[in-house]
Amino acid sequence: MSRWLPFPLLSAGLLTMWLLLNQTVAVGHILLGAALALCIAWGTRAVQPSKTRLRRLGAIIRLFFVVLGDIIRSNAAVTWIILRPGQRRGTSSFVDIPLELRNPYGLAVLACIITSTPGTLWAGFDSATGVVTVHILDLIDENAWFDIIKGRYERLLLEIFE
Amino acid sequence: MTFAAELPAWAALLTAALVLLGAGLAFTGSLGLLRFSSFYERVHAPTLATTLGAGCVLIASMIFFSVLQTRPVVHEILIAIFLALTTPVTLMLLVRAALFRDRVEGRTYDEAKTRALPTVKNAPGPGRLAPIQAEPNELPPTRHPDNGDEHDYR
Amino acid sequence: MTANVLLGSLTIAQVLVALAMAGATFRMLRGPRAQDRVLGLDTLYVNAILLLLIFGIRSGSTVYFEAALVIAVLGFVATAALAKFLMRGEVIE
Repeated sequence: MSRWLPFPLLSAGLLTMWLLLNQTVAVGHILLGAALALCIAWGTRAVQPSKTRLRRLGAIIRLFFVVLGDIIRSNAAVTWIILRPGQRRGTSSFVDIPLELRNPYGLAVLACIITSTPGTLWAGFDSATGVVTVHILDLIDENAWFDIIKGRYERLLLEIFE
Repeated sequence: MTFAAELPAWAALLTAALVLLGAGLAFTGSLGLLRFSSFYERVHAPTLATTLGAGCVLIASMIFFSVLQTRPVVHEILIAIFLALTTPVTLMLLVRAALFRDRVEGRTYDEAKTRALPTVKNAPGPGRLAPIQAEPNELPPTRHPDNGDEHDYR
Repeated sequence: MTANVLLGSLTIAQVLVALAMAGATFRMLRGPRAQDRVLGLDTLYVNAILLLLIFGIRSGSTVYFEAALVIAVLGFVATAALAKFLMRGEVIE
């Protein structure tokens, strides 16, 4: 398994990408895409990425929908901030949040979630202390952001990665 | 433009609504890019276009072509995945570069002078050797030969 | 009737995205600092992708999809390289 298929998720993703690009499910393309996916996965072994295990499919799906909902909500919030005339209520500021998550893949996913949600930005992470710096566009209550990032995202990510 | 008439009404209206919503979000994001007063606020604006804006237009395109060609057309999902993966990376790189540059230039507050910038790892703090110690306009002239005397590329 | 609604909203959407591109171009040309210009470029290419997709819907052809994908790939590499340049003063170390 690990010899012939070192990264099953990566290979499956590459095969799907190939089939989507060619817009077909013909046998020839599946074979060609599978060969490509295997070759690239073998090539990736040279980079020696650290292995991690994804657990709890339910948590992954829940995280996806939580993030989707948050993206839609914060899109509306930022649209309102931009279009609203006059001065804003909150200020934009940097906030330091201590994390328990240490898995590099988990941190990468958290960084992508925070940055792709409008209104929040991942501005840096100190791996020695585990403190993440987040820039928040419309800061009113610092504790609310603690709850969102630690309670909503980090808890699910800890379930998935650790 | 005959194909638009072949579309059933629900698909046409749904496509129209989603495209309008996406374009409106892209426009709002660009407006924010113009309206906000400091860089760290402006970085938030384009995420409107890259998340929900692009998402709406891509879903509209998926619905439109699936109905038009009477088969599932989902390859737009590739652009969605690609944008979802790359935009956070570019924005994080940009913010870190901006923090680094502000730090190198000795700014501890942002342009609007409202708040302190955080200390950032890899930034030249005390005891940490910086990759660039000089101000950008004191870089050796060999680095930017095309710019003549204009080394201050901000 | 619905065809006209679709065409009209596609036109409005194209105008909106074009205005968004104009705003991004303004930010790119005016700065005030290098990171603002790179941010403007980033916004510009994302809006270009959206404009191409809307063109695709308008013309009913999937050719525009490939162009949009290429812009997405190249835009990412360009912005990443420019951000790296701002950080270090050179791209390849």
